[in-house]
Amino acid sequence: MTAWQRFLDTFFKPEMIAQYWPSIAQGVLVTVEIASAVVVTGLALGLLLAALRAYRLAVCNVLIVIFVDVLRSLPPLVAILLIYFGLPSVGVSLPSFVVLWLVLSLVLAAFAEEIFWAGIISTPKGQWEAARSTGLGFSETLAFVVMPQAIRLGVPPLTNRTIAITKNTALGTVIGVGEILNQATAAQSFSGNATPLMLGAIAYIVLFVPVVAAGRWIETRFAWRRA
Amino acid sequence: MDQIGQQFLNLDIMLQVWPLLLRGLSTTLYLCLLVIPLGLAGGLLVALLLLARSRVVQWLAIALVDLFRAAPPLVLLILIYSGLPFAGIRLSPTAAVCLAFFCNTSSYYGEIYRAGIESIGRGQWEAARSTGLNGWESLGFVVLPQAVRNVLPDLVSNTVEVVKLTSIASVVSFPELLYSADMARSLTFNSSPVVLAAIIYLVFLWPLVRLISRLERRVATH
Amino acid sequence: MAILTVSGLRKSFGASEVLKGIDLTVGERELVFIIGPSGSGKSTLLRCLTRLEEPSAGTVTFAGVEVTARATNLKLVRRSMGMVFQSFNLYPHMTALGNVTLALRRVLKKKSAEAEALGRSALAGVGLADKALSYPSELSGGQQQRVAIARALALDPKIVLFDEPTSALDPELVGSVLSVMRDLRARGMTMLVVSHELRFARDAADRVVFMDDGRIVEEGPPETIFNNPRETRTKAFVAQLIR
Repeated sequence: MTAWQRFLDTFFKPEMIAQYWPSIAQGVLVTVEIASAVVVTGLALGLLLAALRAYRLAVCNVLIVIFVDVLRSLPPLVAILLIYFGLPSVGVSLPSFVVLWLVLSLVLAAFAEEIFWAGIISTPKGQWEAARSTGLGFSETLAFVVMPQAIRLGVPPLTNRTIAITKNTALGTVIGVGEILNQATAAQSFSGNATPLMLGAIAYIVLFVPVVAAGRWIETRFAWRRA
Repeated sequence: MDQIGQQFLNLDIMLQVWPLLLRGLSTTLYLCLLVIPLGLAGGLLVALLLLARSRVVQWLAIALVDLFRAAPPLVLLILIYSGLPFAGIRLSPTAAVCLAFFCNTSSYYGEIYRAGIESIGRGQWEAARSTGLNGWESLGFVVLPQAVRNVLPDLVSNTVEVVKLTSIASVVSFPELLYSADMARSLTFNSSPVVLAAIIYLVFLWPLVRLISRLERRVATH
Repeated sequence: MAILTVSGLRKSFGASEVLKGIDLTVGERELVFIIGPSGSGKSTLLRCLTRLEEPSAGTVTFAGVEVTARATNLKLVRRSMGMVFQSFNLYPHMTALGNVTLALRRVLKKKSAEAEALGRSALAGVGLADKALSYPSELSGGQQQRVAIARALALDPKIVLFDEPTSALDPELVGSVLSVMRDLRARGMTMLVVSHELRFARDAADRVVFMDDGRIVEEGPPETIFNNPRETRTKAFVAQLIR
């Protein structure tokens, strides 16, 4: 066998591909489900926290800042292991996919909060003044005038960050979530061949390259033109 | 309440596992000292490829960068660590981890450098060239220093990400901090070692994260 | 009939006192023009009237309501005091119509159809009916300022405060804004204007107020202030402006 044939046989064995692509596809489904859920809850929570911070309530702010700092400093895997293996001993038993979703959502929320908050404070003071001068209250001004602008400002840095965090769904394999990597490594140890692993890698690439490309497009489109 | 303290904040166990975690920490630091400079250097190379005059080279570079930005680092790591042996290539755990990290971090650092270099106006290049500096000198002495200053928050932010990333090496049994902590957890049936590891990560990374917030806010208010 | 009364107004920012005791009245349908060197406190005065800046001392009474009282519902007061800013401050993410109708919908709780009708008529009133669906970034400076004026007028205020409305505009665009202001004057709106546009003051103002260093130095009809001022400071300032 030449080196090339050996390479193909290791990573692209046709029989393996045929046998294991259904389970990889299953993994893709799980990955997409969890990633989507993480994006929705993470961004919503981040938005909420940033809006809350605008009210400048001292205690609230301190709590938010601590929450955000801790989740931005901690490797997600540490939090995952802590919650998945630790909580059952105090009586709280969460399924693995819930733990994965929870940790990744909180991490995304933390990053999103910082990005939205930066957007809020960089909105010109004149916007607040104009709105308040027409009789709009603080909350109304925040909701209809400031947040829309903050969100627009936040889209470019947020797309990158969101993609990076959703890729961490691969960490679910460590606690047994049936996503792509888990299916791939199981198949690999079962079959003694690395083809399923390559299939898994390709599945991720096929899944995320369009997302990364879309992210690039979103960034250029949302280069905000100020009035 | 008391149970939580027992399970997560057990000081006796923390003291017991401290030496083990310390060793794990030193491995993590060793890994960082290897991977971060490699990534920074690799990133520069990638940026130059991304800005190459040849369209073919550019497109190839973009394809590779997007590939490595699309693949989760853990997948890359496992592919290299568990997959390559099947093809007869046996890398040491350190080499496998470094290779996986190099591919991933170079792509991210490369994009950051590229954005920084592109943000420097044409005028700087022209000024440098017109004083007789060649392309490389212009890059090294005039453009790059300014570019780096512009994207410093992103560089620091990505470096923090790399430090956090070292924790995934635990999955392939690389004896860094998280691996040691997780091992201690399964030996003691107690999660305090993992809490201790979390605290150690926080001690190192929290100040950097605060710094990044401040830098980000300064850039945003332009 | 005084609609706005300012009494003993003071404002300090930290250690520096910007307004040192202002007494001013504005009558219904009057156009009062405020002039003075930069740093004299003109803008601060205007902003204190709607409590965008909180006065340090003194009172402001508008249409019988004491604006400076703690219990006053500022939302209600601000609805009847329109404000136009030097930097327009249009909402960039909304169309001209959206800018004008936001407060109508949110503050006055008008239904969409009614709000839109009022908004369109306000825009027509400043000559921009055809730009209702344009975004601020698509409009010239003069057009943006006119939309800002329409936004203030849509709420049917009893007075409109202008804070250097043309200072940020290119000279060619100033005329369009001034003509809208002239129009407003003709329709009988009470106006308080801080500006350097002296020709406009001469033509349209009922009273000119000269401020310097946080105090009102002199006030009177435009002919007096521009041609025959009493105070030397007024004379010096007016002389350097009129070439």
